[in-house]
Amino acid sequence: MSILLSNISKNFGQFSALDHVNLEIPEGELVALLGPSGCGKTTLLRIIAGLERADEGRVLLNGEDVTDEHVRNRGIGFVFQHYALFRHMTVFDNVAFGLRVKPRKLRPSEDQIKEKVHALLNLVQLDWLNHRFPDQLSGGQRQRIALARALAVEPSVLLLDEPFGALDASVRKDLRLWLRHLHHELNVTTIFVTHDQEEAMEVASQIVVLNHGKIEQKGSPSEIYDHPSNDFVSRFIGQTNVFHLEKDDGVWLKSAGMSLDDARGITAHVRPHNIAVVKQSDSVSSPVFLKDWQHLGATIRLELGRDGLNGSGKIIYAEMPNEQFKQLELAKGDKVALFIKHAHWFN
Amino acid sequence: MSQSNIMPGFKPALGFTVVYLSLVVLIPLSTLVFNSFQLSWDDYVAIITHKRVLASFRVSFMAALIAAAIASFFGVVVAWVLVRYTFAGKRFFHALIDLPFALPTAVAGIVLATIFQPSGFLGKLLMDTVGVQVAFKPLGIVVALIFISIPFVVRTVEPVLLEFDTSMEEAAASMGASRVQIFSKIIFPNIFPAILTGFALSFARGVGEYGSVIFIAGNIPYVSEVVPLLIVTKLEQYDMEGATAIALSMLVVSFLLLFVINLLQLWARKRSGQL
Repeated sequence: MSILLSNISKNFGQFSALDHVNLEIPEGELVALLGPSGCGKTTLLRIIAGLERADEGRVLLNGEDVTDEHVRNRGIGFVFQHYALFRHMTVFDNVAFGLRVKPRKLRPSEDQIKEKVHALLNLVQLDWLNHRFPDQLSGGQRQRIALARALAVEPSVLLLDEPFGALDASVRKDLRLWLRHLHHELNVTTIFVTHDQEEAMEVASQIVVLNHGKIEQKGSPSEIYDHPSNDFVSRFIGQTNVFHLEKDDGVWLKSAGMSLDDARGITAHVRPHNIAVVKQSDSVSSPVFLKDWQHLGATIRLELGRDGLNGSGKIIYAEMPNEQFKQLELAKGDKVALFIKHAHWFN
Repeated sequence: MSQSNIMPGFKPALGFTVVYLSLVVLIPLSTLVFNSFQLSWDDYVAIITHKRVLASFRVSFMAALIAAAIASFFGVVVAWVLVRYTFAGKRFFHALIDLPFALPTAVAGIVLATIFQPSGFLGKLLMDTVGVQVAFKPLGIVVALIFISIPFVVRTVEPVLLEFDTSMEEAAASMGASRVQIFSKIIFPNIFPAILTGFALSFARGVGEYGSVIFIAGNIPYVSEVVPLLIVTKLEQYDMEGATAIALSMLVVSFLLLFVINLLQLWARKRSGQL
């Protein structure tokens, strides 16, 4: 089901949580609402669900205006950040809840409910826990039960609020992949909220970047990473080195082989992997030193400075594959030459 | 219990509990039991099966049960309003709830008797409109007991409602549940054990209540005479054995009823996954 938000605004007292947001989400997409905390992403999700009312604007699901429709009539599935499982019901009863509260005419028989609940629990691979209570489950298990419960009513839109926020790192990694696969299988329009750009890049097919209640950019992960539309998106997605021409950072760019004549703005953003580093012999008068480095698994992150080993001046980061770093045979304090392969310019 | 217990101080804490309970509860109550041994079994049976005694038992326990049930209902409503809504004078209402705790019960009894007597403000109104007399009837006892037991229910249910995770309600609504279904299937099962606790406290308080009841009850033997009053009456007639026998029977019945309520609570908690 497609989702159309037109001109959505929401204020909490003086604070403007959402400011005239327009967004269209085609059917079957897996969309991440990404932004720093307090940017309005959860509020937007709750407005789509009908758990919150917008002060202004309309919400259309599948072309139908549902702005004034109660959450129970919107046909959405919502997974809460802390799961909101019914703690006085077993896992089975939790998942069956949405089917059992249907009006009598639409309600499936107990046998059909049983069959459906077990099918859903098998889908999330937790059928063996059906007699347990939520308090007896681990975080990752609760998350999957919450998802099975939301899916039981066959929602046309699935909304997830920080679905992996409360989980530890390894479980989170597994569940990200699992959610992607599940989406492939069910192909239901899915929106999830996250503040973790890595998570958004890994899971979503479309990313909507929000800041201060406004949409900064919308696009596929590669579009957003390779062509950030503004300064905020560029800083928020991935790591980046920021050079301000006004603050004399121009010397960095000049020493990295960039001519300032073709500057297309006043700040240049350079991703660490877009900086090539070459070792220089001591006799060459290069001003850039290698200050330190960190292993990030397959890549090495280099810390580079202009004012010697103990200086407190600006540090920039470059990244290169492990192998390449070994071949360079660099040591702390070595002089290096830089070459910037690509930069994004902003005003 | 031995080395593996993480929580320190088990032995001193248990010792303290036993000594404290013995001094304050067990020794006085066992004196009651021992005193009653001065009676022969036949005398005991004769005293407690006296029609007036049996009638007073019925009045006391029925009134306490009905009052506890009504207080539970209103207490839940009051707790709900205090937790879920913000309104002018909320703090004032909060203070008002606890007033029956602090007020001498005799004062409460006199005030209730004054307004509910047939010539009193509410008593006249009820008499004229629905033809019901409250004061000097068993109904008066129920009214007095509701008055003193409301805070027990409100104060036990309130913290549970405060802690209640409202996203459970939102989750239920998103799955299509109506307001009634949300209350009956989600909220009520979660606060039910607390309601039972409030009910048990109200009931226990109501069975033993003396001060507020005697002024409004009319104390007509066989009709509106409560057990505590009967005990006092026996004492005033220097009938120590009679008073002891009635007191002991009351103790046993109260204990059994509270025990049953506790079992019910255990069952409710187990069923709702809280244990």
